[in-house]
Amino acid sequence: MPVMILFAASLTVIGAVMVITRRIAVHAVLWLVVTFLALACVFTLLGAPFAAALEVIIYAGAIMVLFIFVIMMIGPAQPESDREKEWLRPRAWLGPAILATLLCGELLFGLRATPHTGTPAPITPRDVGLSLFGPCVMMVELASFLLLAGLVTAFHIGRHRPETP
Amino acid sequence: MTQPPLLTIILTPLLILALATLLTWVERRLLGLWQDRYGPNRVGPGGLFQAVADGIKLLFKQDWIPPFADKAVFILAPAIGMMTVMLSFAVIPVTARQSIADHLNVGLLFVLAMMSLGVYAVVLAGWASNSKYALLGGMRAAAQMISYEVFMGLSLLGVVMITGSFSLHDIVTAQSGLWFIIPQCAGFVVFLLAGIAETHRLPFDLPEGENELGAGFHTEYSGMKFGMFFLAEYAGIILVSALVTTLYLGGWQGPLLPPVLWFALKTGALVAFFILLRAALPRPRYDQLMALGWKVLLPVSLLNIAATGTVLMLHAPG
Amino acid sequence: MSGTLRTLFLTFLHAFRRRETVQYPEEKPYLPPRYRGRIILSRDPDGEERCVSCNLCAVACPVDCISLQKAETEGRWYPEYFRINFSRCIFCGFCEEACPTYAIQLTPDFEMSEYSRPNLVYEKEDLLISGTGKYPDYNFYRVAGVPVPGKERGESEHERPPVDLHSLLP
Repeated sequence: MPVMILFAASLTVIGAVMVITRRIAVHAVLWLVVTFLALACVFTLLGAPFAAALEVIIYAGAIMVLFIFVIMMIGPAQPESDREKEWLRPRAWLGPAILATLLCGELLFGLRATPHTGTPAPITPRDVGLSLFGPCVMMVELASFLLLAGLVTAFHIGRHRPETP
Repeated sequence: MTQPPLLTIILTPLLILALATLLTWVERRLLGLWQDRYGPNRVGPGGLFQAVADGIKLLFKQDWIPPFADKAVFILAPAIGMMTVMLSFAVIPVTARQSIADHLNVGLLFVLAMMSLGVYAVVLAGWASNSKYALLGGMRAAAQMISYEVFMGLSLLGVVMITGSFSLHDIVTAQSGLWFIIPQCAGFVVFLLAGIAETHRLPFDLPEGENELGAGFHTEYSGMKFGMFFLAEYAGIILVSALVTTLYLGGWQGPLLPPVLWFALKTGALVAFFILLRAALPRPRYDQLMALGWKVLLPVSLLNIAATGTVLMLHAPG
Repeated sequence: MSGTLRTLFLTFLHAFRRRETVQYPEEKPYLPPRYRGRIILSRDPDGEERCVSCNLCAVACPVDCISLQKAETEGRWYPEYFRINFSRCIFCGFCEEACPTYAIQLTPDFEMSEYSRPNLVYEKEDLLISGTGKYPDYNFYRVAGVPVPGKERGESEHERPPVDLHSLLP
C-alpha cells in the first residue's frame, strides 16, 4: 500500500511541476486536472474515498472546467506569454523558492519527528456528514454566508437592467 | 465483498462497446418506426449488420488531424470521453451478483465524478479543434454540463437520504418494497432531464447543434476518433438508462423473470424513451435550456430534498 | 409541458401506422408514361429515323448535353452523329418540347447508373429505338410541305396543291 501511495504522490508532484512550466494555458489546466486525480488517488488509498470523490467532482470536474471555459473565452494571445516570460526572471522567483524549500524541509523534519500511528480507519460519508453538522457546524455556516454573498453579487451583476438615463 | 473475477472486468467493457454499436442500429430502426419509414434494413437480417458496416467504414477512413489543431489534446479528447463512460459502468449493479464494484461505498459519487470528468471530452475537443464552430460547441457543452451536474447531484440526494448509503447495491436492495420512482418522482424527472443534458442527447444536444454549428464540438473529427465520440455518446445513453433503472426503478428486482432480464428490460425501455425524445422533440434555444435548469429544475430538486428530509425526520424512530 | 408529453405520445403512436417507404429494388413504383427518364430517338411508322437534325433540341437544352451533326441524303436531313451526355442531362424535357418531328422523347426509365463517367455518353446507336415511341402514327415527311423523292409539294396529308402564281383564276 505505501508503494501505491508514494506512486500517486509522485504523480501529484510531477503534475504540479508540469502545471507551472507549460506555456499553453489549457495544457497547464490539464496537468492540474491530472494533479487533482492523483491527489484523489492518494485520498482513496489513505482511506478517505468520500473526500476523493468530492475532489474529482468539484475540483477536477467543475472548477477546472470553468477555468478552461474562461481560457476559451479570453483566448490568451502570444504577446501575453512573452510578457509572462519577462516576469520569470530568477530575481523574481529565487527568494520565494528558497523560503519554500526551507519550509518544505521543516515539514519533512516535523513529519519524521511525529510518531507513526498506522493506517487510520476508512472515513465513510456518514462520518463526514456527522462532523460537518457536529463540531464543524460553525465553519459550514460561515462558508455558506460567503457563498450566499457571492450568489447575491453574481445575481446583481448578471441582472438585466432597464435602460435608464 | 468478494473480488470480481478478472473475466468480468475484461468482458464488461467489450459488452458495453458491442451494445453501444448495436444501439446505433437500434436507434435508426426505432426512429424509422416512429417516422413511418424503415431505417437501415439491408445489411444482414433486418439490417442488423449495418452497425458493423459503419464500423468498418469508420475504421478505414483516413485518420486526419487538422494542421491547425492542438494535436495532443485533439487525440486525448475522444479517449477521455470513452474512458469516463466505461469506468462508470464498474459500479452499476446488473444483478445482486453480477457487477464489478457495486459495493463501493461511494459508488454514486464515483459515477458523478466520472460524468463530471466526461465534460472534458467535449470541451477539449472544442478547444483543440481550433475552429470557431467547435469552440462554440465546446463552450456550450461546458456551461450546459456543469449546470446540469448540479441538478443531477441534488436530485440524487433524495434517494441517498432514504437509503442512507451511496452504494448502488444498497440503493437497489432498499427498493425491494417500493420503487423509488413513487416517493421520489420529482427527483426522477429532474435526474432524467439532467441525464439527457449530461449525455448531450437530443433535445438537449446544443453542443452539437448541427444546424447552426456545423457539427459543434466534433466538426473537425473524422474516422475512428469521431467513432469514439459516437460510441461514447451511445454508451452514455446506456449508462444513464442503467442508472435510472438502478436508482428509481428497482434495479434487477421484479417478479417471475430472472433478475438479469428485468434489468435489461427496464434499461432497454429507458433507452427506447431516449430515442423517442429524439424522434419527437425539437431542440430548445440555449437560454431556454439554461432557464429550465436554473429556474425550474434547481428549485424542484431543492424542494424535493427538503420534503424528503422532513418526511424522513417525522418517520424517524425516536 | 403538456404539449411536450402530447408530442411524445403522438410520435409513439406512429409506431402502429403503415410505413410509407417503397422498398425500391423489390417493389417498383408506378411511373406514368410521360415520366421524364432516359432519352431515346424514335423512328416513324415506316422504320426511318424521325430526327431531321434541325438542332432545336441542342439549342433548347439548358445544360448543353446534346450534340449532333447534320447530314443529307435524297433531300432528307438526318443526324450523322447524335450524342447525349447523360452525366450532364437534367431530364428537363425541353428537348422533347422543342422537337418538331417527335423524334426525341423521354421514357419512364431511370436505371442507368454506370461506374465510369464516359459510359454515360450515349451515341446514336444507343439512343435509337426501333419503334415509334409515344406517337405511333406520326410521320413527319407525310405531313410536312417539303418535297422529298417520291413525294412532291402539295402531296402531303391535309395539304392542298401549291398555288400557281402565273394563273389569275381563283
